[in-house]
Amino acid sequence: MSETANKTADAPIMRIEGLRKSFGGVTATDDVSVEIHTGETHAIIGPNGAGKTTLISQLSGLLPPDAGRVTFRGRDITRLPAHQRAHVGLARSFQITSVFMEMTVLDNVALAVQARSGHSFHFWSKARTLSHLREPAYAKLEQVSLAGRAHTRASALSHGERRQLEVAMALGTEPHMLLLDEPMAGMGTEESARMIEMLRGMQGTTMLLVEHDMDAVFALADRISVLVYGRLIATGTPDEIRGNEEVIKAYLGEGDAES
Amino acid sequence: MTMAQEATGTDRNPALAHPDRGWTVHSTFNSIILLALAAGAPVAMYIGATFWVDIFTRLVILSIAATGLNLILGCGGMVSFGHAAFIGLGAYAAGIPTYHVLYGGFEAIATTSGFVHLAIAVVVCAVFAFLTGAICLRTKGVYFIMITMAFGQMVFFAFVSMETYGGDDGLTIDTRSEFPLISLDKPLVLYAVCFISLLATLYLVHRLTNSRFGMVLQAAKQNEERVRALGVNAYLYRLTAYVISGAICGYAGFLLGNFTTFISPEMMDWTRSGELMFMVILGGAAYLFGPIVGVAVFLVLEQTLSGVMVHWHLPFGILLILTVLFVKGGLSGLFDRWAGKHE
Repeated sequence: MSETANKTADAPIMRIEGLRKSFGGVTATDDVSVEIHTGETHAIIGPNGAGKTTLISQLSGLLPPDAGRVTFRGRDITRLPAHQRAHVGLARSFQITSVFMEMTVLDNVALAVQARSGHSFHFWSKARTLSHLREPAYAKLEQVSLAGRAHTRASALSHGERRQLEVAMALGTEPHMLLLDEPMAGMGTEESARMIEMLRGMQGTTMLLVEHDMDAVFALADRISVLVYGRLIATGTPDEIRGNEEVIKAYLGEGDAES
Repeated sequence: MTMAQEATGTDRNPALAHPDRGWTVHSTFNSIILLALAAGAPVAMYIGATFWVDIFTRLVILSIAATGLNLILGCGGMVSFGHAAFIGLGAYAAGIPTYHVLYGGFEAIATTSGFVHLAIAVVVCAVFAFLTGAICLRTKGVYFIMITMAFGQMVFFAFVSMETYGGDDGLTIDTRSEFPLISLDKPLVLYAVCFISLLATLYLVHRLTNSRFGMVLQAAKQNEERVRALGVNAYLYRLTAYVISGAICGYAGFLLGNFTTFISPEMMDWTRSGELMFMVILGGAAYLFGPIVGVAVFLVLEQTLSGVMVHWHLPFGILLILTVLFVKGGLSGLFDRWAGKHE
């Protein structure tokens, strides 16, 4: 954990200040301020209805916040449309798997690499023979341990494999930071374990993940933020969070303490 | 990477190569089609069956148009119900300049030069595709079908109302576009021009669909949300494809006008657009050679059925419904699966 100490000393890559979002009378995000440091794996946890998805949707640009500011790499991206966030280096994976089903696994990732390397108004050379697209794409597949399935159609993958592909595509855009929206959602124990292993192998990439699976969170995160009723009640290392009385009272006390 | 390299064989960098299915069916299948087209008209001419020379010429010209439509339909998922308008515009581009040479007026475009006709056909269709596509592509699904059809009908009625060019009686031009060294009046020369044009179109569409541009088109067809999340604006790519597709159909129209020497608004009626779409889907929209198969089957059925019964469109409709419901990938898809089993 000495590495973690170094990371926390780094400048923040993303700064969230006073973020607020309400739906009717319900405040889903209540004055959330937190800094994500370069290179860290930061997890956001909280009981159901704590506003985790609302928060990540605002960070990825799908929901406009009512108030507050999101700064990413020194740039205010609070109002930046979702499709332009890919260009500033913020990639997200989807909670509901979203890949190109009729393409092969490698084609999927190569397309993500292609999207990152400028416009695609290239009409002649064959995309599948371009090593500057295929090689990085293949490397991403190795990173998520999916290289063996490179030439399989995405539609033939298992649910867990599609989630891996999803992450590989996000990596394909060479992001400065990765937003992972419940990467273990809908996975069996074995698949979850593989995913944890895979994400652990990606440490060094800045990641913000929202996750229900406590084993995963404590295994992966350098720092954890706890969200309760839209409010951030604590931020700290896994050990600090485990020992935080307010967290135990508000959240872990509800039966998850063992995990 | 080494394992995958060993597994896939001889290519320069096999781990990164692609099995290359999808847009390419069995190469034998494609070769047979091309050989049949190359030999068809000359053989028919040799044995004196001029009627079949006409059929083959029509087949090749319509194949060019259908391949052009397939670029947006099969690759980009844009179901255009107005592509006959481009064919009509291309045909009039071959007829109107010659009309003014024969009957005077409109000096600026009065010429019999084939190159000028061709340039007008392609440019007018590209511009028309750009203007209408910019609007049509803001819609999706059924709305896209309806609005492309509406623009097609707009052109249809515009030419119906143009009395100078014969209105709905059409325009008969006995003088074909003139080119140096060759004469399109000779059926086999015209056929050779059409056949070479088809080869060029197939190669163009083959390159386009496999390029980075084509990848974006195919991706946007499958999952537009995800394309947007990657930071790509699918609209611009679709519009470009729509313009190229329109220009190809304009080119086919130019050939068709020179073939029939009779041009009428009926060529761009919405039923013609429907037929073109029918050919592409019947033959297999996901295949490069699919549209050719569709055109061939369409023409053969038209010839045989129209001799037997008046309402020959009825079995056509039933055939289309059956194809869409039960034969994934059209006739080419059927062949592809059959060939796959016998490999």
